[in-house]
Amino acid sequence: MVVLLGSPTAESAEVYARTVTEGDPSWVGPLAGIALGLPVFHVLEEEVKSQFDAAVYKEQVSIMESVLDTDDIIDAMRQVRDAVGV
Amino acid sequence: MSQPVVREIRFFLAHTPGLVRHGSKPTREIHANHSVWQDIRGSLRSFDDAVAYAPHQVMLGNMQPDDLNTAEAPWYENMLAEYSTSGPHGEMVNEDQFHGLLKAADEFDLVLLEEGYATRVAAELRNHPRVTDEEIERIQGVPFSRIEERLSSREGAIPLLTRDGATIGLVQTDYVDDPSLAPDILLENLAVKATATMALRSVLAESGTDPASLQYVIGSGEEAIGDRYNRGGGNLGKAVAEASACVNSTGADVKAFCCAPVHAMVVGGSLVQSGVFPEVAIVGGCSLAKLGMKYRGHLAKEIPVMEDVLAGFAVLMGPDDGTSPVLRLDSVGRHTVGAGSVQQAIVEALVADPLDRLGLKFGDVAKYATEMHNPEITDTAGSGNVPRTNYRLIAALAAQRGEIPTGSESRDKFVEEHGMPGFSPTQGHVASAMPFMAHAMDDLKAGEYQYSMFLAKGSLFLGRMTHMSDGESFIMEANSGAE
Repeated sequence: MVVLLGSPTAESAEVYARTVTEGDPSWVGPLAGIALGLPVFHVLEEEVKSQFDAAVYKEQVSIMESVLDTDDIIDAMRQVRDAVGV
Repeated sequence: MSQPVVREIRFFLAHTPGLVRHGSKPTREIHANHSVWQDIRGSLRSFDDAVAYAPHQVMLGNMQPDDLNTAEAPWYENMLAEYSTSGPHGEMVNEDQFHGLLKAADEFDLVLLEEGYATRVAAELRNHPRVTDEEIERIQGVPFSRIEERLSSREGAIPLLTRDGATIGLVQTDYVDDPSLAPDILLENLAVKATATMALRSVLAESGTDPASLQYVIGSGEEAIGDRYNRGGGNLGKAVAEASACVNSTGADVKAFCCAPVHAMVVGGSLVQSGVFPEVAIVGGCSLAKLGMKYRGHLAKEIPVMEDVLAGFAVLMGPDDGTSPVLRLDSVGRHTVGAGSVQQAIVEALVADPLDRLGLKFGDVAKYATEMHNPEITDTAGSGNVPRTNYRLIAALAAQRGEIPTGSESRDKFVEEHGMPGFSPTQGHVASAMPFMAHAMDDLKAGEYQYSMFLAKGSLFLGRMTHMSDGESFIMEANSGAE
């Protein structure tokens, strides 16, 4: 099982990534204190992008690569995965 | 056939820190944990701080949107030295005055104010040019003991508090068995009526329009007015027309989530152009449910809870007068059912298609108005910078079509030139493109540029009836008669 995110900012991507790995960092949702430890990726990451049909990716996602702060989002995802070891 | 023009637009802002507890999210979380209100209350702004907040001065027309590029950030820590509660685009009242306006808008004894407070509020409003003597008379209070008794003895009433925590009144329902007439819903709807009414009165007064000459008022807000048999049935447009002395007017509401104002502008413009009604007003009241929506992010960062302002607007449209900016009905962009919900498809439908139809390039539109949410409110709570994302999308599409070079440098240049920082309170439909219209009107009349585009998107999926998004757009053009 892999969790795939499409959130628009590094901060929100980090919150969602932490929620499905080490538990809800805000401690208010149903996953507060529950460490699922699931592998989590963002749709803008190369690991995910490379598995798409290139034409579909171009039509559905690619424009957002140039709109969002893609590097920051990817950094945030890697930091969470490294921190929790998934 | 002549095109419709936009004659006037005005905004009405109310700083309502005491009502933040009645926003949807705070209400739910205070209900679960009463200490949440104390946390929120400790981070609410004073009226002076809210007025001196640079984005609000842009709403009132005392600053230009692009002035925010050079205003020292964060704006909530760098209050302006010079500020005013009124400007060429509207006015801002404090919470006491707004509580008085709620009472003035109330025809069913739904609002009770404590008598000393009511007297003080009535005195504050007495000299306001757009509050009538009849309304001042209506702002009568009751003994505090009656408010205490009503709040403690029966269900169906919620307290009204000021920022300092004092209970100064209540809102009650006259039918406790109807969830559509629950006091929190009645408060929301009265706030909508009060803000839209004040904006419409301002538009009529500033444009020199006799209220009796107006024939149609379209409500474009997100509120749900009606009882349990017709929840959301409306009709705010006509209620606001009545409250604004538009005795020869009728009205109706247009519903389309956040993009309803743009839909309503197109409908209103069409009514004018077809000659059905010579002049039409579009109103949008506030969105009380969104007060404090992102309070948790703000508290976590130890910054003010900035969703403490209600906003309403009113627009007056009429036949071509040779000077007012033209609403190009032949430029309407539509997000169709078949277009899909991919961002690229939405922007193509709303921006590229209208430009193509008029034979224009992306760069021909001097300024694009999109969701103008203040990024200081959203970005600090993890929701991103909404206008910047939208402007980058438009730039990306321009690059894809070869109209600007690809790359972030060219993108950022386009965003800086054709966009602007967000400055609107996060008031749903009110924030959707409309806040820039007043500035665009000034610019188009002054001949600073020829075209401005207004686009709005709506999250239809929130209502669970469809997975679709929505969107609509139009271009405003300088009136050639003004040259």
